[in-house]
Amino acid sequence: MKAGRLFEAVKDEANRADPYPLYARLRETPVSRQDDGTYVVSTHAAITSLLHDPRISSETLPPSERPRTGNPLSDWIVNPVKDHLTNTHRPFIFRDPPDHDRLRMAVMGQFTHQRVHAMRGRSHDLVADLLDKQRDASRLDLVCDVAYPLPVTVICEMLGVPPEDEPQFHGWATQLASALEPDNLGNAEARAKNITTFDEISTYMRGLIKEKRRHPQDDMLSGMSGESGKNGGAGMGEVDLIATAILLLVAGHETTVNLIANSMLALVRHPDILARLAGESDLAPRLIEEMLRYDPPVHFRTRTALSAIDIAGTTIPEGADIVLLLASGNRDPAVFRDPDRFDPDRPNIRHFGFGGGLHYCAGAPLARFEAEAALVALAQRLVHPRLIDDPPPYRSGAALRGPMHLRLAIDGVAPRR
Amino acid sequence: MTGIPAEGHAVVVGASLAGLRGAEALRRAGFAGRLTLIGDEPHRPYDRPPLSKAVLTGDIAPEATSLPNLHALDAEWRLGVAAIGLDREAREVRLADGASLSYDRLLIATGSRARSWPNPAEAGLAGIHTLRGRDDAAALRRALDAGPKRVLIIGAGFIGCEVAASCRALDRAVTLIDPGPAPLARILGQPVGEIVAALHRALGVDLRSRTKVARLEGDASGRVVRAILEDGGTVETDLVVVALGAVRNTKWLSGSGLDAGPDGVLCDGAGYVLDAEGRPDRAIAAAGDVARFPHPLYDGRPVALEHWGHAVAQGDHAGRLLAGAETGAAYAEMPAFWSSQGGVTIKSVGLTEGADAMVFAQGTPKEGRFVVVYGAKGRCIAALSFDSGRWLPAYAEQIAARAPFPPIRVGVDLHGLAVLPPGFPEERTSS
Amino acid sequence: MPDLPPPPTGSPLRVTVDLNRCQAYAQCCYAAPEHFVLHGREALFYDPAPSASDRLAIERARVSCPVQAIRVEDPERQGR
Repeated sequence: MKAGRLFEAVKDEANRADPYPLYARLRETPVSRQDDGTYVVSTHAAITSLLHDPRISSETLPPSERPRTGNPLSDWIVNPVKDHLTNTHRPFIFRDPPDHDRLRMAVMGQFTHQRVHAMRGRSHDLVADLLDKQRDASRLDLVCDVAYPLPVTVICEMLGVPPEDEPQFHGWATQLASALEPDNLGNAEARAKNITTFDEISTYMRGLIKEKRRHPQDDMLSGMSGESGKNGGAGMGEVDLIATAILLLVAGHETTVNLIANSMLALVRHPDILARLAGESDLAPRLIEEMLRYDPPVHFRTRTALSAIDIAGTTIPEGADIVLLLASGNRDPAVFRDPDRFDPDRPNIRHFGFGGGLHYCAGAPLARFEAEAALVALAQRLVHPRLIDDPPPYRSGAALRGPMHLRLAIDGVAPRR
Repeated sequence: MTGIPAEGHAVVVGASLAGLRGAEALRRAGFAGRLTLIGDEPHRPYDRPPLSKAVLTGDIAPEATSLPNLHALDAEWRLGVAAIGLDREAREVRLADGASLSYDRLLIATGSRARSWPNPAEAGLAGIHTLRGRDDAAALRRALDAGPKRVLIIGAGFIGCEVAASCRALDRAVTLIDPGPAPLARILGQPVGEIVAALHRALGVDLRSRTKVARLEGDASGRVVRAILEDGGTVETDLVVVALGAVRNTKWLSGSGLDAGPDGVLCDGAGYVLDAEGRPDRAIAAAGDVARFPHPLYDGRPVALEHWGHAVAQGDHAGRLLAGAETGAAYAEMPAFWSSQGGVTIKSVGLTEGADAMVFAQGTPKEGRFVVVYGAKGRCIAALSFDSGRWLPAYAEQIAARAPFPPIRVGVDLHGLAVLPPGFPEERTSS
Repeated sequence: MPDLPPPPTGSPLRVTVDLNRCQAYAQCCYAAPEHFVLHGREALFYDPAPSASDRLAIERARVSCPVQAIRVEDPERQGR
């Protein structure tokens, strides 16, 4: 395959189960120009460098343009205003400093270690309940039965979203998360669908926020909705608040599920390590960092070059689209010995499992606790788990990558410890 | 390069951060002989940065600062006994207790000590402190606990500023005096110094710039009661912290034939010490504050750096050098330091000395978070951040590449890039 | 002269953080909030001598640091 088409192959669903050989080819040129003009950055050193480089911008989302409806009021007044607001009030994942910092700090003010720790205990209980439900099963789908419901319940409780509303935004979250897939970024039809979904979920959030303002509770949305300085309120404008709430909800839906599912897939493929984890739960923190390196939930993120950048023998021109191939940096043999081996005893892992730099995953501590709760319980309670499909079927995303289903045959579920 | 004899004896003088990391590097590089660490203080190696911060505020105990061993050392320790002489002919270190230790390889990591108040009679008054070691910090902590009327800090360098901020965190009244136009101006320039001044004023520090203490006065019991300033003013005080910088501990090297003085012991690029004729002694390396070495990033100008990260990196380098595990390449670690004062973190990469221009890059002083980049002769030589440390690695790369100044003209969160003079005070001396 | 005597059982862990490297990602503050605290936006204060009974929380802090700035010595588990 030609070097300039390797990233095309990465995006191809046929390579979803194992894109790593393609990444190895890409690393032969640390910053590789693809035929479509995108620059793919694939080595640990080059990714580290660009994650801290002020010449790259995260404002990569194409401008919003709501489709024509034929209704002049919508087409000439309402939708142009909505487009303007959408464009100027994107969630902080698509913003640069100083706006990014301001919005993110408002969120982090609500993302307290007390709240995160409360969710840690809650995660243990939730996983225990989810596994109790499988007591008599001889097979289960790890994605649908554990990896999905756990983070979704946790993010809803953190934010203060009523659990009975969850089913309706399951689809919204999947649709909006597709904005991280480059082919959807450039595709007008996909963008239009995203905007429609955004409008639907915005309407929902607007209502919820109104409710939080009337009856504040001890949750993040109530905190963020409050006036600045009042009850820990962040004093965010309404449009930013909605965009931020949507971001947190979508991120909570679409990433931790991959972390848990990818981890369990690796563990079932490495039964010795799975057995070790069952007997030695203190292994979990190190094992999770190794998982975040070995098979992370987010494989790449896109940026644009604000000015020309000389890096690793290549000049990225001003305005170019950049792909930071995080999952490839995680397998860089220049940094990790025997990088394709899953080894929880690996020392001092500097991975890109949560990105890096200003946009480092805001929910990382929560994801770690959820994964620890889930993996330890799964290791201890699933009796002799075997993969039914190897590789399992994957979801379509190449950026947010993980199994759609992870069917396991088991010899039962042990009681809670 | 000569390998170290299998049964050799490696001696590390200075049970400090640099000495400890050097000893660990020797072992990690495979040195299997005898290893001895000598320290003039009775303590196992400890970490200094918390001494002016969390130790003073009482958040951590002085003895909690002991450093982790990152590698099994299997070493002999001679703690509480200073090295007082070096005989390179006989390959012997003389100790204050009368003993001598022969060595095959020697690491000099004796660091520096606080410069004391120049008038010995005044320096002997009760209530006058310096801050360098763990015991100094414990003594100052006790004095702060006793509820002083007013703390007078002489010298607004990093130690002086950090102590001032810690005293304010304890709600002690503080006067901070410095001859420069603003705190830290000697190192960071006046525009940044003014921002530091504003920070300290906001903390409630009584800051007096452009003046000096002419003399310190005691009462009948020999306890300090006031300072008379050169501008005629007086400060009533019962606790004085002299923060006038550091002097390298090289006195024990006099007579050794090495090129050593108050600025440190001179090394070559590889890290071996040089004698007065400029010849390297390949049995001896130096690391940390005490080592003056030509930095390749700064045209080989000899520098001695009082930075924590430098003590770690150069200690490691020197240990490997003495174990025969270095290729002879010049030590070229990027200088870097941090300081935290009143909840603000100041970080820097590169060296500002010789800067002839500066720009404010990311952020703004108004937001309390910003990056400043320093240039000299059209090249980027240093960068500084206030609560914006995640941008520094990008600038470190530009400094390492000797990029044109200003190195990044178009980027995120940039506001005009007006080139300013850095505003170093005239009396700035090299250090 | 022998090596320093082995630390008594129950002696604390030894922790240092390379604050040059630290970029205030605050992962340690979530992993072990009793031992790592951010003052302001970036000033990390940490307990250099946490109790050995908090070993797992300190381990979580150490491994989760994105820049691997945290070093721990465990007197009862030398050689790590």
